Amino acid sequence: MKYAYYPGCSLERSAASYHTSTMAVAGRLGLVFQEIDDWNCCGATEYFAINLLPAYALVARNLALVPNDLTELTAPCSACYVNLKKTDKYMGKYPDLATQVNQALVAGGLHYDPGRLQVRHLLDVIVNDVGYQKVAEQVVKPLSGLRVAPYYGCLVVRPGNGFDNPEHPTSMDRLLRVLGAEVVDYPLKAQCCGGHMTQISADVAYELIRRLLHNAAEYNADLIACVRPMCQLNLDAYQSNVNRHFGTDYHTPILYFTQLMALAFGMSAKEAGLGSEIVSAHVALSKIGVEMPKQEKGKPRKRPNKQALPMPTMPDEEA
Amino acid sequence: MMASESTQPSPPRTFFEEVMAKTPGGEALRLCLQCGTCGGSCPSGEDMDYSPRRIFAMVEANMKDKVLRSNTPWNCVSCYYCTERCPQEIPITDIMYTLKRMAIAEGLYEDADAPDWSQTFIGLVEQYGRSFELGLATRYHLTHRPLGKLRLGTFALDMLRRDRLALTPRPIKNMAQLKTILSKAKELEGAR
Amino acid sequence: MSEKIGVYVCHCGSNIAGKVDVEEVANWASDLPNVEVARDYKFMCSSLGQELVETDIKEKGLTRVVVAACSPHMHERTFRGACARAGLNPYLFEMANIREHVSWIHEDRDEATAKAKALVSAAVHRVAHHEPLEPMRAEINPATLVVGGGVAGIQAALEIADAGYPVYLVEREPSIGGHMAQLDKTFPTLDCSACILTPKMFDAGSHKNITLLSYSQVEEVDGYVGNFTVTIRKKARHVVEDKCTGCGICTEKCPKRVVDTVFEAGLGYRKAIYRPFPQAVPKYPVIDTENCIYFERGKCKACQMFCPTGAIDFEQEDEIVTVEVGNVILATGYDLFDPRKIPQYGYGRLANVFTSLEFERMVNAAGPTGGKIVLRDGVTEPKSIAIVHCVGSRDKNYHEYCSKVCCMYSLKFAHLVHERLPEAEVYNFYIDIRTPGKGYEEFYHRLLEEGTHFIRGRVAEVTDAARRPGEEGKLIVQAEDTLVGMQRRVPVDMVILSAGVEARRDADEVAHLFGISCSHDNWFIEKHPKLDPVATMTDGVFIAGCAQGPKDIPDSVAQGAAAAARVLGLITQGEVEIEPVRAIIDEERCSGCRICNTLCPYNAIDFIEDLGVSRVNPALCKGCGTCVAACPSGVITGAHFSNEQIMAEIEGILVSPDGRETVLVAA
Repeated sequence: MKYAYYPGCSLERSAASYHTSTMAVAGRLGLVFQEIDDWNCCGATEYFAINLLPAYALVARNLALVPNDLTELTAPCSACYVNLKKTDKYMGKYPDLATQVNQALVAGGLHYDPGRLQVRHLLDVIVNDVGYQKVAEQVVKPLSGLRVAPYYGCLVVRPGNGFDNPEHPTSMDRLLRVLGAEVVDYPLKAQCCGGHMTQISADVAYELIRRLLHNAAEYNADLIACVRPMCQLNLDAYQSNVNRHFGTDYHTPILYFTQLMALAFGMSAKEAGLGSEIVSAHVALSKIGVEMPKQEKGKPRKRPNKQALPMPTMPDEEA
Repeated sequence: MMASESTQPSPPRTFFEEVMAKTPGGEALRLCLQCGTCGGSCPSGEDMDYSPRRIFAMVEANMKDKVLRSNTPWNCVSCYYCTERCPQEIPITDIMYTLKRMAIAEGLYEDADAPDWSQTFIGLVEQYGRSFELGLATRYHLTHRPLGKLRLGTFALDMLRRDRLALTPRPIKNMAQLKTILSKAKELEGAR
Repeated sequence: MSEKIGVYVCHCGSNIAGKVDVEEVANWASDLPNVEVARDYKFMCSSLGQELVETDIKEKGLTRVVVAACSPHMHERTFRGACARAGLNPYLFEMANIREHVSWIHEDRDEATAKAKALVSAAVHRVAHHEPLEPMRAEINPATLVVGGGVAGIQAALEIADAGYPVYLVEREPSIGGHMAQLDKTFPTLDCSACILTPKMFDAGSHKNITLLSYSQVEEVDGYVGNFTVTIRKKARHVVEDKCTGCGICTEKCPKRVVDTVFEAGLGYRKAIYRPFPQAVPKYPVIDTENCIYFERGKCKACQMFCPTGAIDFEQEDEIVTVEVGNVILATGYDLFDPRKIPQYGYGRLANVFTSLEFERMVNAAGPTGGKIVLRDGVTEPKSIAIVHCVGSRDKNYHEYCSKVCCMYSLKFAHLVHERLPEAEVYNFYIDIRTPGKGYEEFYHRLLEEGTHFIRGRVAEVTDAARRPGEEGKLIVQAEDTLVGMQRRVPVDMVILSAGVEARRDADEVAHLFGISCSHDNWFIEKHPKLDPVATMTDGVFIAGCAQGPKDIPDSVAQGAAAAARVLGLITQGEVEIEPVRAIIDEERCSGCRICNTLCPYNAIDFIEDLGVSRVNPALCKGCGTCVAACPSGVITGAHFSNEQIMAEIEGILVSPDGRETVLVAA
């Protein structure tokens, strides 16, 4: 399975561990990722606030640079993914926009036909193209005993990206279970971490980060697994600021889901890109592979008493 | 099909029409029921001076000055909850971007942090083709809010110590091409 | 051919004349071929307008008539009647629709006038080729099939049966009663739902003119108005009705407990052999073979061992019943919207989030909690309850329509909480409170007096993730209070989701079975939304109750009675006139390819195996023309839609407004 690969700026340095672990895992799963030559920034959540057409043109240059023999484009960063996907979708939906974006691209000798590429998030590619079964076959060191809070954030599932429920996503939950981890019920799993607000209006961001850390701690999570560099940065690098700001004492390591995959596949800490996280994952990860005594579950569902009324179940709930 | 007979939409007559015209799919704003799902869903709603729902009522009432001076769009974190949940399928996040653009164009925003951050970020992208986090952080924080530099200091130190900040920017190869594309896009944007 | 055609252009007050120069159209039409007289008139449908046509037919010897006015749905019958009264065959008349198709949809007066001329010209050219036709007649079988034993179906069945005619009442579930049987109180009068419904159920079950086929489903429908043949599958109850006394010992002894997702809406349990509720009609239980231990593992038979009359029969098989009826009333009801489709409201994940139907069962004295309002643990009384309006309704992501009953039942819930838990706080989160109905607004005022908190704002989410002190262990309802303009998080113990109503999941299949159509959201479509609300485009098939769209009990009952009145009208006439507009297959030239058989939307074309040809059943054919267009051999002719007539109509429409040249357009 061959894909055009758009790493995005963060994966070059600040989220290099995401790139490293993605590449390591991709190799094991038979995924071939061909990096787009000379890709540029997607504009993050900033360019649309300044200029509309240049923002779409900036993203579209990346789409136009994908060689013609590739029809699928994958991005590990949710913001890049949303921008790439939205640009393709809006160009298809609003012909005037497509015409003008292409007028700009043509000035640089490029052109993009909306709909030519399927834009996919890395998580989507792994759970749907590779599939849970094939991932399971690679697991040699199950993450037994590790309590993981799956944190999707916003942009991997919204707006309506189609491969998972935008309000209550479950694809990473299931993936982590396949890796052998104990997945905690994490009600805030698709809530916002504040995005760029850490830079602009720290108080706003700190509160959003606090809610996520608080909720994960409430459910006794050993660590939080994420799918986007910005989320990792906010929850990891700003965790001490949040602790100072609220007088709290959270020590929750934030890892990329690909890092956990690499560990479960039996790869070394280095191959998994570990060590660059600011909140150390040492204590949490020491649990893996070690036979742990049976722990009490974080929030056990109460055993229904005789008078209890039956509880409806979700259709997608699986054992 | 009558594709050839594409009629140019008449130029917007009011602020309300302008906001819709400048947003792909923005005409849906006419359908707003004022139900408040957006305001109820917004994670940063508590910090907005008007809820998104109220902003839409104000846009409809052509209260241009008040809307563009409001901090509401600048507090939008682009989480898309409102867009996802809106019962009338209004592209709310995109409308917030439109209001940001209009506020910058009219010079009406009151809290400068967010627009400055966006402009600094994009300035670097237009210069190098990729974002340059250390450059962004220093340029924005040192020029814009020197008092914040202490906090930045520990953050940057943490990041540097773990090799997560590049010290020099790495421009893309074909910067000339990107610049041509962006300046053409800006030219077309001006004519829109 | 020399016909004498009269053309009449209607002003319809200013409805047409406001946009179309009607005098100019009439003047212009007088020069069209064969036109003897062309007039314009204020209201053609008035008796004076009709007399104008009649007089001209008699005095000027008109042989054809064209009226340019509104849609033929409105007044085709009117003018056909005028022709007939003056001695002209009514099918020698043609109507041009210059209101709905012209004046109501065009802005420019000149363009509208030009289009009106084109349509009049088309009608004039066409009508010259019309042929006199005679309507057919069919006898009406006085028996009626009613599908669905909810309150609408029961009402319809009783009306017809009381008038002395036989009714077959088919119900899918083991008992009639429908959703109304599940409810506790009914708004706004707070009558006990069961108390007012069960007498009707009993009457329906014991009426000498009603044959009740419960636990049954219609499988096949053949025939046409007056003469339907209906095949019904009577599912095996595994209980012999002649022997069963309804004593209930079998249910008591059955060891298998199952969550009852139908009658108890998932809030309670039933046994594998069960009667949905004590007042069930008929009283006989059924064995749910999917859950019965004997059917699963081959042993148990506890019910059989204890049954005092030997009524249990594990070998019983489905029975196929065929009935002949003249008319059909579909009253198949609605399904409740499944709020699990909106995960942010937590149903299915958060224990103390309930659906409205669950709450109906909870407050019902005969329900799983004996009428006590408690949390999912079955014991704790909630101190605060949020009622969330518009769940799945008024939302383009789910259903765009308003479900009409939720505001009122939400108010009723609030009242019942105040009544039973006077200390509890009740919050109603709404977009708009809609209470149009007799005594409904007054009921809303009563709730305001009772101290319900009304928060105007659609709920964004329900969560158990506490953020602030006071939220721990609660469900937090987050919404913008739009009257305050601020986001609010209201911690409560219980949340009730006022789920909307939606069409039955198999509504489209049922519609197809009976040859009627569904709207895009799968409600059955009535013949006319205002003037013919219980008839359908298929003669002899009527609809009533929520199958047609969301409605409350009084409206459902009224529709049930209305549908019965329509059926009784047909039965009393004894026979019915059928439009002669239909397709005819030239059997000599038919190749027997059967393409038309599958395309016919009314299942009106049969394949005659012996002859190897297809044949149109004239009573079923609606003259839609699908087969005419599709026939590869071109051997199907549509009476009143012949190729000649249609070609003439096209030629007519291509005459330019100056009446001379013909413009050819490649479509």
